[in-house]
Amino acid sequence: MQADVAMEEWGVVLGVAAGAVRGSIPYLFVSLGECLTEKSGKINLGMEGVLLMGAMTAFAVSDQSGSPWLGLLAAAIVGAMLGAVHAGLTRFPKVNDVAAGIAMILFGSGLAFFFGKQFVAPMAPQLPLIDLGSWSASPAIHSALRISPLFFCGIALGFALHFVFQRTRWGLRVRAAGDDPLAARSIGIPVDRIRMTATVAGAGLAAVGGAHMTLYFPGIWSEGISGGQGLMAVALVIFARWNPLRCVAAALLFGGAQALGPSLQAAGQAGYYHLFNASPYVLTLALMALTCSRHGGVSGAPGALGRNG
Amino acid sequence: MKGLSRRAWIGSGAAAAAAAARDSLVLGFIYGGPKNDLGYNQAHAEGKQTLRGYPFVNALDEASVPETVAAEESMGNMIFQDGAQAVFATSFGHFDPFTLNVARRNPNVQFFHCGGLWQPARHPQNVGVYFGFIDEVEYLSGMLAGFATRTNKIGFVAAKPIPQVLRNINTFTMGARSVNPNITTKVVFTGDWVLPVREAEASSSLADQGIDVLTGHTGSPRVIVQMAERRGIFANGYQFNQSSMAPRGFLTGAEWHWGTVYGKYAELLRAGKSVSDGSIPRRLTGTLKDGFCRLSPFGPQVSPRARQAVAEASAKIIDGSLQIYRGPIRDNTGQLRIAPGVTLGVTDTELDKMDWLVEGVLGRTRS
Repeated sequence: MQADVAMEEWGVVLGVAAGAVRGSIPYLFVSLGECLTEKSGKINLGMEGVLLMGAMTAFAVSDQSGSPWLGLLAAAIVGAMLGAVHAGLTRFPKVNDVAAGIAMILFGSGLAFFFGKQFVAPMAPQLPLIDLGSWSASPAIHSALRISPLFFCGIALGFALHFVFQRTRWGLRVRAAGDDPLAARSIGIPVDRIRMTATVAGAGLAAVGGAHMTLYFPGIWSEGISGGQGLMAVALVIFARWNPLRCVAAALLFGGAQALGPSLQAAGQAGYYHLFNASPYVLTLALMALTCSRHGGVSGAPGALGRNG
Repeated sequence: MKGLSRRAWIGSGAAAAAAAARDSLVLGFIYGGPKNDLGYNQAHAEGKQTLRGYPFVNALDEASVPETVAAEESMGNMIFQDGAQAVFATSFGHFDPFTLNVARRNPNVQFFHCGGLWQPARHPQNVGVYFGFIDEVEYLSGMLAGFATRTNKIGFVAAKPIPQVLRNINTFTMGARSVNPNITTKVVFTGDWVLPVREAEASSSLADQGIDVLTGHTGSPRVIVQMAERRGIFANGYQFNQSSMAPRGFLTGAEWHWGTVYGKYAELLRAGKSVSDGSIPRRLTGTLKDGFCRLSPFGPQVSPRARQAVAEASAKIIDGSLQIYRGPIRDNTGQLRIAPGVTLGVTDTELDKMDWLVEGVLGRTRS
């Protein structure tokens, strides 16, 4: 009985930790992609659509070609194309980023559902995992330590983006385009081109997050697969104050929160499951309220975010 | 261009369809989700497919019909453009008010809904309901889980604590405990019918807790079955045959067999019977015995002993000598729910009010 209780408590810790690793990946890629986009001054709310389209494309291509890596590549390309549509639309002075983004959510998800119809069927080849837990005799620990390579890519990407924004010429130009496009133009920075590049790259990254969902966890294509993760990741960028390293931390937090409800129930804490299941959403609201009020506004936002000019 | 207006074009199409409809019985089906979800919707779509064996039937269907006024649109199109004489609405939320509204507007068309609660005072006469009782099949499926488990712990990922789901959790557990009374079932509620990520998290957490047989009741437990396979434990399916998701660890599953029901309706409708005048029963229900539901084909790791025990129990259920709701049955708080000497048949309406979890289940129905 003692051992059972220990196992249950351990199970929650392990579940949340493992959940943080495997569940954070979509948040990680979407939020880093969105961070890049917003740094250049554009808002892409359509990430939810990009995520679904990436998920569907990765699954379909992996299923048809037999190669999950090809699926991943295809997802990134399709995501980039959706990003190009969004950037292309919002280049025009009177097109509102947010409105176009909402249209892109509907467009991306509709497209994904339409082409995904025949792929609701069983399984596509999955991405290989990196096995770090073979030393452990416990199947729970072993399973928690079988980690998707995308996780490490995402973390590395967070650091890389941070470096790019702080230390490189291109990063400075992206920030300039986002903070004050007029000033940036006056010193010869091609603002439109930079914004296009950032939006396309950002959406490509987000689509990789979608590929993770169909090629590893949970590893199927279903119309309900995203559960609003694309939108939450956009909110997460605001909470992370447009800092890629904070995006990484926030993504881990959200991944862990997502696993909290199920693992508490599995450990025998049966009550309040609706409350615990809602924890990622509660967290979004709480963090937004907290970060926005303390400093009397959203500090760290790119100066010209969402404004054309 | 005036002469080729959309209305006229649709009208001529409808006339042609109506002409074709005169020689065959046109039946329309709507599903709430994709036809190939390996779950609830696919079970209905397969049921509709069996109507191919009835040459006088022309069956149409539409998948992913939302539980909104769009359902009325879909049913209306089937009636006006394709000349459907009967419409089958399969998703719970299609019933009230959408199916009822269309039924009121089309008194000559018959409507059949899966699982709805028809009320004589409020609902139109041309609506019938059908449903199956799958409790006994869950019991048999649970028996196989009972034979397979080594850790005596079973995991159950459930969508919502509603009576139908609780009946399945309870009968599955009762079946497993009929083989081995030390077995306990851990339940995780996800909160909705289709939440793949949370279902996967729940499956994974249950596996972390040392369960070695996993099953569930969601729109399609294929994620659950697949996660079990990935973790190297056994899996029992539900709704539809999910053996393809777990070639190694699949044991069996309780699956629907709507083909029986739809075939029955097709015969009745062809004979000119109708639910309005009472020649088709208002409520058509059935159990394992009636072929409304069945066990999925057994997986490779099911032992001969387990096979035999399940075959015997199945025969006893069909001949009536094994009643699964036979008292005394206590819930997991120790309260007596079915008194000693009392036996409830699976079709007993008392069971539709179930709000408790049987002894041996770890979990709570109230959140």
